[in-house]
Amino acid sequence: MAKRLGVEVSIAVAEAAKQCNVDVISAYPITPQTHIVEHLSELVADGELDAEFIPVESEHTAMSTCVGASAAGARTFTATSSQGLALMVEILYIASALRLPVVMSMVNRALSGPISIWNDHCDLMLSRDTGWIQTVAENGQEAYDLIFHAYRVAEDHRVLLPVIVNLDGFTLSHVIEPIEYFDQAEVDSYLKPYVPAMRLDPKHPITMGPVGMPEVYTEARKAQEEAIKAARPVIAEAWQAFGDQFGRYYRAVESYQMDGAETVLITMGSIGETAMTAVDEMRSRGKKVGLLRIRLFRPFPVEELRKALKGVKRVGVIDRALPFGASGGPVAAEVRSALYHQTDRPFVYNYIAGLGGRDVTVENFEEMASELESLEKSELTEFYKIINVRE
Amino acid sequence: MGTAAEAFKGFEKYSLKKNLPMVEPLAPGHRACQGCGEVLALRQVMKAIGENVIVSSATGCMEIITSPWPQTAWRVPWLHVAFENAAAVASGVEAAYKAMTRKGKIEDTNTTFLAVAGDGGTADIGLQALSGALERGHNFVYLCLDNEAYMNTGVQRSSSTPYGAMTTTSPPGKLSRGQETWKKDLPAIAAAHRIPYVATGSPAFPVDLMNKAKKASLVKGPAYLHVYSPCCTGWRMAPHLSVESARLVVETRVFPLYEVIDGQWILSRDIKKPKPVEEYLKPQRRFSHLTAEDVKTIQERVDANWERLMKLIAATTPEDKTE
Repeated sequence: MAKRLGVEVSIAVAEAAKQCNVDVISAYPITPQTHIVEHLSELVADGELDAEFIPVESEHTAMSTCVGASAAGARTFTATSSQGLALMVEILYIASALRLPVVMSMVNRALSGPISIWNDHCDLMLSRDTGWIQTVAENGQEAYDLIFHAYRVAEDHRVLLPVIVNLDGFTLSHVIEPIEYFDQAEVDSYLKPYVPAMRLDPKHPITMGPVGMPEVYTEARKAQEEAIKAARPVIAEAWQAFGDQFGRYYRAVESYQMDGAETVLITMGSIGETAMTAVDEMRSRGKKVGLLRIRLFRPFPVEELRKALKGVKRVGVIDRALPFGASGGPVAAEVRSALYHQTDRPFVYNYIAGLGGRDVTVENFEEMASELESLEKSELTEFYKIINVRE
Repeated sequence: MGTAAEAFKGFEKYSLKKNLPMVEPLAPGHRACQGCGEVLALRQVMKAIGENVIVSSATGCMEIITSPWPQTAWRVPWLHVAFENAAAVASGVEAAYKAMTRKGKIEDTNTTFLAVAGDGGTADIGLQALSGALERGHNFVYLCLDNEAYMNTGVQRSSSTPYGAMTTTSPPGKLSRGQETWKKDLPAIAAAHRIPYVATGSPAFPVDLMNKAKKASLVKGPAYLHVYSPCCTGWRMAPHLSVESARLVVETRVFPLYEVIDGQWILSRDIKKPKPVEEYLKPQRRFSHLTAEDVKTIQERVDANWERLMKLIAATTPEDKTE
């Protein structure tokens, strides 16, 4: 039977990796990811987890060792944040191109400068186009659950892609929550041992990572694009199996109070919980407000969003990253793009919020929701706004 | 991590007449330039190490010429990831084998884990990953094929380019004599990590190189091989002079052949009557702009380096063996 314990979310993530019986963990300390790998190194030191823990000299090497280990056939785990992700991002592209099912938890944190250790989604967006499947946890239980899901999806021979499980730094990673830990037997029945499709073995020599001449590069990239699209049903199937086994059913896009909603907020990550409180407040005052929470960021759930937003009048997308000189936040850009080719599409506006650890409050969400109505009718010159800026 | 001395017990040296390995893990159908000394060195190392090996390759000449998809010159498992991380990738492969063997997922096959990189990928951008892997004590062999510049991108200087050499980013000019700095001493940097085995090699001395490669593979822990790898294209040298330059570099004491076994520095080939460095420099047009004074400066440096090496050898030789 599963047991429920009050535990720091980082520790729960490490325990999940342990229960997945990973073979190789390679990590470099970076705030606020540190508690995850510290706990894993303790588990290895105490003999509770039989794995190689490689305390590397940089995040670039952390990802490089993961690629080597995964290519050799080991189940491989690492974790990172912010600047660490920025340093390893070169190898992220290669891990996915080599179709290696590495799993990484990314404890989301702002990027320099100015240096900030606090939460936003700059790092998540920096890894956006690297070819990794990306899920985003909203609370501690999800951060724990999504690790098992990640391995099941990544190692499925129909997928064979690396997975990032995102969780917000500090506001989630360092919070103590009641987490339902699974029995090992349950985990073992959900997640089968890793069977590599190919691995480095002198008995069966293969060449991995050859040169791609112009004659083949486009085809290789297209194959990768097809692979991540083909992962979509497998991701859903793995969540279905997870629900059947553990009783919690997850979807790519989660709906909250969407019945008859005219105004909809879209969030990603732990601020969804605050947004839910705001929606409850507004609903209690008779406002037709709903919330969508994006759990699957890559591949982007275009169809799910279109379906969920059918008949909705106005949408406020909350981004926690600011791409300089762009036409707004990245999530909003994708939502707009997903809806554009529909004849009956809602008005979409973008709020940039919560950069570098700035609080996003219930009141903020209420203001956004009520402002959308007037914005919709006005002549806009900008399609996004950074909120909570001290002028 | 064991000692190199332990690992070498019972090691039967290769000799020219008896037992040169017949295996060719690196197939002949690659795309190297005519006269490439680097691929020759790589072939010799691969022959010596044999087929029970997993190769992690850095970006560079050897990666490009052996792996344009859908062809491969590798008869052994081979993985290329990026430029600066051959040592890191090999660390991962080694750790995976260690964990999977211990957990009974695979059999213990005593496989050699070999990282291969050029001088740019070793002395410059890959130095951190190399240092990390040596410090952590992974059981692997690191092979630096030193052709003394970034040849794959068009002959740009590296920190392993010798003093005075012309490259496309260290051009001789009114204010420049070419490369203004001295070649970084990578074997000494590797040895400073107190790893069991470090050696230098040259493809003009194939049996010596093969024995060193084999020994490196026997060591339980990190081993570092620094191999001089002539590049006719980049050195502006006729292709038939490749092996000749690899011989002259040793005979002039420019590139001494030695081993560092468990911290003890040992000369592999004593050069009692060294040829003047000019003989080595002359056939290579990368040095053709040098004045007699420049050559003299290089000769002095070569002499000083040799003296320093002799002192290291004397300082690390056990007392009972000194005369």
